[in-house]
Amino acid sequence: MKILVCVKRVPDPETVIKLTPEGASIVTDNVKWVINPFDEIAIEEALRIKEKAAGTEVVLLSIGQKTAQEQLRTGLAMGADRAILVLTDQVVEPLAVARVIEKLVGTEKPELILMGKQAIDDDSNCAGQMVAELLGWPQATFASKVVLGGDQKGAQVTREVDGGLETLAIPLPAVVTADLRLNEPRYASLPGIMKARKKELKEIPLAELGVDVAPRTRIVKLETPPKRTGGRKVGSVQELVQVLHDEAKVI
Amino acid sequence: MTAGDDIYGSAEHLAFRETVRKFVQSELVPRAREFDHLGRIDKTVYPKMGALGLLGIRWDPQYGGQGLDYSYHAVFLEELALCDNAGVAMGISVQTDMATPALARFGSDALKRKYLTPAIRGEHVGAIAVTEPGAGSDVAAIKTRAVRKGDEWVINGSKMFITNAATADWLCLLAVTDPEAGYGGFSQIIVPTDRPGLTYQLLDKIGNKGSDTGLFFFEDVRVPLSNTIGDPHRGFQQQMNQFQDERMVPIVMAPVVSRQVWEATLKHSQERVVFGKPLAKMQVNQHKFVDMMIQITAAEEFARRCIRKVVRGEDATLDISMAKVFCTAVEQFVANTCVQLFGGAGYCWENPAARAFVDSRLVSIGGGADEVMKQVVAKILQV
Ligand SMILES: Cc1cc2nc3c(=O)[nH]c(=O)nc-3n(C[C@H](O)[C@H](O)[C@H](O)COP(=O)(O)OP(=O)(O)OC[C@H]3O[C@@H](n4cnc5c(N)ncnc54)[C@H](O)[C@@H]3O)c2cc1C
Repeated sequence: MKILVCVKRVPDPETVIKLTPEGASIVTDNVKWVINPFDEIAIEEALRIKEKAAGTEVVLLSIGQKTAQEQLRTGLAMGADRAILVLTDQVVEPLAVARVIEKLVGTEKPELILMGKQAIDDDSNCAGQMVAELLGWPQATFASKVVLGGDQKGAQVTREVDGGLETLAIPLPAVVTADLRLNEPRYASLPGIMKARKKELKEIPLAELGVDVAPRTRIVKLETPPKRTGGRKVGSVQELVQVLHDEAKVI
Repeated sequence: MTAGDDIYGSAEHLAFRETVRKFVQSELVPRAREFDHLGRIDKTVYPKMGALGLLGIRWDPQYGGQGLDYSYHAVFLEELALCDNAGVAMGISVQTDMATPALARFGSDALKRKYLTPAIRGEHVGAIAVTEPGAGSDVAAIKTRAVRKGDEWVINGSKMFITNAATADWLCLLAVTDPEAGYGGFSQIIVPTDRPGLTYQLLDKIGNKGSDTGLFFFEDVRVPLSNTIGDPHRGFQQQMNQFQDERMVPIVMAPVVSRQVWEATLKHSQERVVFGKPLAKMQVNQHKFVDMMIQITAAEEFARRCIRKVVRGEDATLDISMAKVFCTAVEQFVANTCVQLFGGAGYCWENPAARAFVDSRLVSIGGGADEVMKQVVAKILQV
């Protein structure tokens, strides 16, 4: 079977994000870029399926600038078989991402699409759902466990929902999005890194796909959370109540 | 191009650095002080490193190695140096750089299958046993004797200051096998540590607490003759060759640790207010930081010069001998200066400068002391 895993290049969660002066984008100089952590979990899940089911092919897909090949190479080094990079310099919104994926599913014909539940840069949490809708495929989002049927015709997916777990049975082909506790991704091994160098990484200019990717939204403004200030000691309960009321305005 | 890009700036090197960094930061750093208390590294760490391909970077793929050049190995050592425990870094590098190079270069196919492959997989831990109670710097003065009896060596003697004493599965031993033959009378022999007659005793060191250093006693220890590495008459020369690998370790690691301690100390000095002013804002201290960085930068470049030569396969003996003295002196200077900048905090074990201060004291002694390195340099330069 074939698994398509979607990979987004995002700033390292440990990076200190700075905003540009006009405030509608982030400063990208000196930012360390990584695979979106949820996508890394999706790759790991695909590799675990591959290890159990011989003959499985894991194909990575990223949409973005040429630099995203770094993240694809990392995924290949983890063990994926080949990668596709849809090249564009423009911002691609979730719906456009979903349309590109839909288009490539037409040629790649995977039985399973694994994606992260959301990208940690814009936190939209909708690309996976949109892909399923466009394709008319079943979807199981926020997966914390994926068990493939022996006949590879369906899967049981456990989802983390408020206050408990929900297990769904879905027929394939389907879209599954990964949550944090699905697995712990492996590191790329040194042999994996050296092998990745020779694996296929196909680049397709976005324009060639004939997909409508025109943005529907515009970022007006980004704001960083208020700077954390040090704590303060108060002398008495009386004073604490007063400060909470007068200054913090929480009571 | 940033410094070092000519040797390890490729996409593969960067990806590999990322892998080693993740491993070191998530598996070794959080347990750094635990290993101090244990007085050794938890052996279960080795198979994890083996699975990532970290333990045989330079060795033949036939035996499980990666068959890559020293530039990848240098990346590994640089990241390993950041494991926050000099003893752990030493223990692991004994496996990769001090106990296996001769086996990988000169060992027979059967011997490599038996001992190198498991070491590369992390299933075996190796140790290097050269120094003795009666002979350290003067390696040719060792007395441990291996006598041929049938198809076995029978070994008697003792070895001193052996790293990985408690954790090792086998020793790469240097022994006298032909007392009449001068420099041609030594052999390198692999000795499994479970052999009857072999016992050890641990030593209580002032630093490198995360490693198990000990004394070995050999009483009629028997191993097959086929455990001899390479030419039985060239053990001394093979060991001298292996020492070049050993000496590269502090050369690569000392500048990395120095920079790490420098950064931690600068951060502290910027926050610590004394007489109404951050320590780092006082000119006398600014000069200290600059003086240290001049030395660190020079040490980094000297290390890269050695790495380049090793990658190109050139004879680097002169550079390695000089750089070992220089890079380790820089680390000692930086550690000492940083302890002073930290004040009392710099005298407590939990402080990185304090640990570097004690740990770095070793590097101008072990693997060929400064005086021995300078003798080598004087000989090559014919001064
Ligand atoms: C923590 C630790 C781990 C070690 N691990 C290992 C290991 O795994 N395997 C191993 O085989 N060994 C190991 N060693 C031993 C180490 O290599 C030796 O300590 C070192 O080679 C010095 O030998 P020595 O201690 O016998 O000192 P000596 O040889 O007695 O030297 C004493 C001093 O005299 C100086 N000196 C020597 N010759 C001259 C000269 N010609 N002119 C002027 N001064 C001179 C030396 O530089 C030194 O300062 C370890 C040591 C330590 C402390």
